[in-house]
Amino acid sequence: MSISIKNISKSYGKVKALTDISFDIKQGELFGLIGPDGAGKTTLFRILTTLLFPDKGEATVADYDIIKDYKDIRSHAGYMPGRFSLYQDLTVAENLTFFATIFGTTIEENYDLIKDIYMQIEPFKNRRAGKLSGGMKQKLALSCALIHKPKVLFLDEPTTGVDPVSRKEFWEMLKRLQKKDITILVSTPYMDEAELCDRIALITDGEILQVDTPQAIMQAFPKTIYKVRTSETYRLIKDLKTYPKTHSAYPFGEYLHFTSTDENLDPEELIHFLEQKKHTQIEVEKIDASIEDTFMELTHTREVNAHD
Amino acid sequence: MKRFIGFIKKEFFHILRDRRSLFILFGMPIVQIMLFGFAITNEINNVDIAVLDHSKDDVTKEIIDKIAASKYFSIKAFIDNETAIEKVFEKGQIKAVLNFEPDFSRKLIAENGATVQILTDATDPNTANTISNYTGAILQKYQQELNQNVAISYQIVPQTRMVYNPELKSVFMFVPGVMTIILMLVSAMMTSISITREKELGTMEILLVSPLKPAQVIIGKVVPYVFLSVINAVIIIILSIFVFKMPVEGSLFLLGAESILFIINALSLGILISTISSTQQTAMMVSLMGLMLPVILLSGFIFPISSMPLPLQIISNAIPAKWFIIILKGIMLKGVGLAYLWKESLILVGMTLFFMAMSVKKYKIRLE
Repeated sequence: MSISIKNISKSYGKVKALTDISFDIKQGELFGLIGPDGAGKTTLFRILTTLLFPDKGEATVADYDIIKDYKDIRSHAGYMPGRFSLYQDLTVAENLTFFATIFGTTIEENYDLIKDIYMQIEPFKNRRAGKLSGGMKQKLALSCALIHKPKVLFLDEPTTGVDPVSRKEFWEMLKRLQKKDITILVSTPYMDEAELCDRIALITDGEILQVDTPQAIMQAFPKTIYKVRTSETYRLIKDLKTYPKTHSAYPFGEYLHFTSTDENLDPEELIHFLEQKKHTQIEVEKIDASIEDTFMELTHTREVNAHD
Repeated sequence: MKRFIGFIKKEFFHILRDRRSLFILFGMPIVQIMLFGFAITNEINNVDIAVLDHSKDDVTKEIIDKIAASKYFSIKAFIDNETAIEKVFEKGQIKAVLNFEPDFSRKLIAENGATVQILTDATDPNTANTISNYTGAILQKYQQELNQNVAISYQIVPQTRMVYNPELKSVFMFVPGVMTIILMLVSAMMTSISITREKELGTMEILLVSPLKPAQVIIGKVVPYVFLSVINAVIIIILSIFVFKMPVEGSLFLLGAESILFIINALSLGILISTISSTQQTAMMVSLMGLMLPVILLSGFIFPISSMPLPLQIISNAIPAKWFIIILKGIMLKGVGLAYLWKESLILVGMTLFFMAMSVKKYKIRLE
């Protein structure tokens, strides 16, 4: 096991940030921590990178205990915080050299590990880090987090605020790093990125909802999903709420994802209902569940349970 | 060690890239020392006074000539009645009026005494006081001259000599004070800001997750500023010697060593401040309010400690600047050595060790 988390809880005063978190990450895995802002992702990262003490529970990173062996973790883990945390007044090359030096290594020594990534920003190596674009900053931060050849890499929301093309490139880079036997724990609020991970943990309000491969999570979705669209989206949401057979209806882009309490619902019945409500250009189509559907469903059940 | 050197290199990059701070760092001492040296003084020079002479005889004329001849006063107006006194004061330019009573010389000789009234504009009490002392002294001197040929049986003649600063130059008092303020401010404020900046920008998070030890981070932050502050101290000393003719009676080497001691003391105070504040703004406020004011008010730089109320006198002992000013004055003006200053030096060493121990203890190896 590369990372093992057992019953970790953490509160800030009265606010519970993490409640009884447990899961394991295998050696060489690309593991995603998926959840909305404020779910507790950063807190979990900070506990695993020895920046915070958990209130309860224990964890190991690369077989080092996060409390006892924090010094070992600090030499063997790479951490890229959510906020861009490099020296803005230092150039690209100076930043990289600095991080190599404080980890007791040199750029040359581990150049092959970062080559892929660093080559893309090397033309700008004399530019100050503060003057880089979002995507380039992120590549530099990743290079700096990798320069000491860590066994485990922690990436806290690395793609937040990065354009779609750079995001795609970034995930390709992670896939390549994974082949070099680095365990990667990455957090993201973007559900579409979840499908690129080997396994994911869905987290919300400091609780883990589910841990599995993205495919298993999507296949395990218990209900049939229809995507629904009419000419008036807002009225559609309101009307579906009054429909007796509605289980859930969440907006996804220009469509609504609809599930019914009745698994044998005939889509024609729904169309008929909407026609009665004077909707035009009605589209109803059966689709496969996405991670986001699962996430919404799990959050929904959790809330319903909490109310009972 | 390589890590440590890498860290210091990074610090120098920060300092040298931030042109504005660098300008303040070296501009401030020069401007301050010039300001205090030339402009802000509590000596009086060419104060404008007016004379109301009711007798206009030989004696009053002689006295007026003596006063006009001194470099302290210049007589700007002669007025002829009491109502005019208020008018000249109201205009604000005239700071004092000498009012000789009628029949001055006759009374002086026949009645063994005549009066001259010295009116001063006490909106500025310090200047008023100095003016009245200086005029009093001139009058007394004149009186002694008059009495030279007359044998007075019993007379006490005070002979004053101002040692260590015979000309009572106020720059001798300001230089040690300004040097103390600047070293304190630059060292403490700059380090505390540079450490809190890392906290604010989130780079501290990465430094913590690295194998760097707390001591390496702290000392790495301090070393560049020791270097800069020493340059600053040298600039100040050179300026005060060559521009203000400030003597350095004692050993220059001791002066340098004591300055470095004080710089390290201020730096460790800066680190302590940074461990308790989480933003650059707080660090700056704490440094300014918490250090600047006590250094100016309670160190004996401007206001003599011996005339403070007892509680303040006790508090002043806790201010490193007080001891450094004593040391500076001792070395520069009195030319004494460590034999006389060991107590003050030891206090500074003790304070430094205390601040350092506190900072290392308070430095967090985690985020909370």
